[in-house]
Amino acid sequence: MSDYRVLPGPEHFLPPAAASMGIRLPNPGEAHINGVIVSEEKAYEEAAKQFLMAKVPTLFPGPLVLWAWNENAAKKATAIRHLYNTLKECVQPGQKPMLIPMPDYRPKYPKINPEVEINPNHPNLTIWHNKIDCCMFIGVHCHQANLSLKIIRGGTSCYTIAMCAQAGHEDAMLSFRDASVEKIMKLADWVRKLKGTVQPRLTSAKSGASN
Amino acid sequence: MADVKSLIGTKNKKGQTFTDTWTMMHEAPRTPSFYTGSEVIKEALRRASCDVMIAYPITPQSEAAALIGELFAEGYIGDYFRGESEFAVMSQCAGAAFGGARVFTTTAGPGTMRAMENFPMWAGARLPIQMIVTCRGINSPLSIQPDTIEIAYLLNTGMLVWHAETAQDFFDWILKGYMVSEEPDVHLPLALCCDGFFVTHTKDVVNLTPADMCLPPYDPYRSPVPCMDMECPPVRMMRDPFIMKSNYISYATHASWQQEIWAAVERSRKHSIKWLNGLIDTENTDAEIVIVASGTAVSQSREAIRLLEDEGVRCGLVKVKTLRPWPEEEIRDATKNAKHIFVPEFNVIGWLAKEIRATVPNPQRVHAGPHVCGGMTMPPEIIVQEIKTVLGMKTFSMAGRGS
Repeated sequence: MSDYRVLPGPEHFLPPAAASMGIRLPNPGEAHINGVIVSEEKAYEEAAKQFLMAKVPTLFPGPLVLWAWNENAAKKATAIRHLYNTLKECVQPGQKPMLIPMPDYRPKYPKINPEVEINPNHPNLTIWHNKIDCCMFIGVHCHQANLSLKIIRGGTSCYTIAMCAQAGHEDAMLSFRDASVEKIMKLADWVRKLKGTVQPRLTSAKSGASN
Repeated sequence: MADVKSLIGTKNKKGQTFTDTWTMMHEAPRTPSFYTGSEVIKEALRRASCDVMIAYPITPQSEAAALIGELFAEGYIGDYFRGESEFAVMSQCAGAAFGGARVFTTTAGPGTMRAMENFPMWAGARLPIQMIVTCRGINSPLSIQPDTIEIAYLLNTGMLVWHAETAQDFFDWILKGYMVSEEPDVHLPLALCCDGFFVTHTKDVVNLTPADMCLPPYDPYRSPVPCMDMECPPVRMMRDPFIMKSNYISYATHASWQQEIWAAVERSRKHSIKWLNGLIDTENTDAEIVIVASGTAVSQSREAIRLLEDEGVRCGLVKVKTLRPWPEEEIRDATKNAKHIFVPEFNVIGWLAKEIRATVPNPQRVHAGPHVCGGMTMPPEIIVQEIKTVLGMKTFSMAGRGS
């Protein structure tokens, strides 16, 4: 097993892909935290804790759930909205949950508006601008999610979570796999369950604009 | 599109039953058949639920492209056409794969080199195209005879690269190859290589799966990148390539993109181990002498080991099945007892020996050779001679016919 751990950055000018450092993806029914395989139950609890500790917990829904291109996508979008509303209900004063879409993967020139969207080619700009210290990618194609997760790990101290519909993401600090409506709802349940039991962090992301 | 799993057990237009691949490859009855390697490629494709095959017919190196044309005429392939050149073929393969098709093609030698620009593009675009490489010489004066030098050029394209020893490997790996390269965490092209002529033109007994069973169709919506479906979003999100911009972000994104391709190669390790029953096969690796080989050099090495046993020299064997992913830990473990590691190859540069030297501790143990190239055969006796020479044993000269 690899000694490498997938931890909040800023890690390096060009951090390695976690897979190249020996981090392996979870099998069905499992998740990973920091590159260590864990049960899904443990991952739900840890993800909910990270959300409730964060000053700016943020959901980044991607194209696969932003359009109702099939029935399941629409249901997932509704579940994500429920998770976001749950976060808003469960955080304490001073915490600011956000929902920022990744509508497509084209680089935004001459300049992205980081208040309204995130882009996989320069996700750090949105993280820095909004002082996001915990985020979850959902409905983003795996290749683009991995680019984003690695760039965020390289240049920010944001804690990253992936709710992946396929095999999961080593480049996130915490990753679920085989994401479904039920799993999103279960994460919302865990957030509600831990409401009031987690002390929020007093500071937000250390790098970039917040440095 | 219907869920692919829900199609298992149903029939395609040719009356073949979409079958769970593990069941088809491991549990279904097999029929021994006497075929050339090219015919075996055709038989594998008959069972592969392939949507598109694009050919630049490279007879006399391999008849496979023409034989697959017959499959198209019989209705087993969704579409089949000829490109203007190898470069055109590989570009057209990309277009078909971008559109969500399961794609197959064949190439060899100079054609592979001509099309080379496309292979890193395929990998970068995460297109799980399967390309058969029936290896032959590439340099002038041209040769249609077997020579594995072109594999050296494929190793760093970001493609998966496997090296089949026999026609049986070829049949099984064509079908299993799609299962590995279409995994969403992999989703990379596969260069499935064999030594031309020795595998493509000679006949061998191959155990075939039932012709009325076929692979489940490819599901393009399990892709890590958007499928170019022009009717449904998410669509066309890849225009304005960042490479056209000159700034730090463009460079950082491109760097991360490249890393992601090689991360996907790493992820293929788990799936390749499952489907190929390991990245290497080993025999007697407790011996002090171990031969590490790939392709038909493995077959020749087996015979050399038998000859050496007659003389009281015990030898182990490592058959390298996947070159990408590279079985680094497996080779290190399999050669840990070896005082001498021999690497016979059908090419002049010895690319496999270089890879092994970079992998094992004490690389002075690695003896790069024997080498043959340009279509020469590799008699087992020259492997025996190489080993006996290093061991200081008496050998007979095999070089000349004269005195």
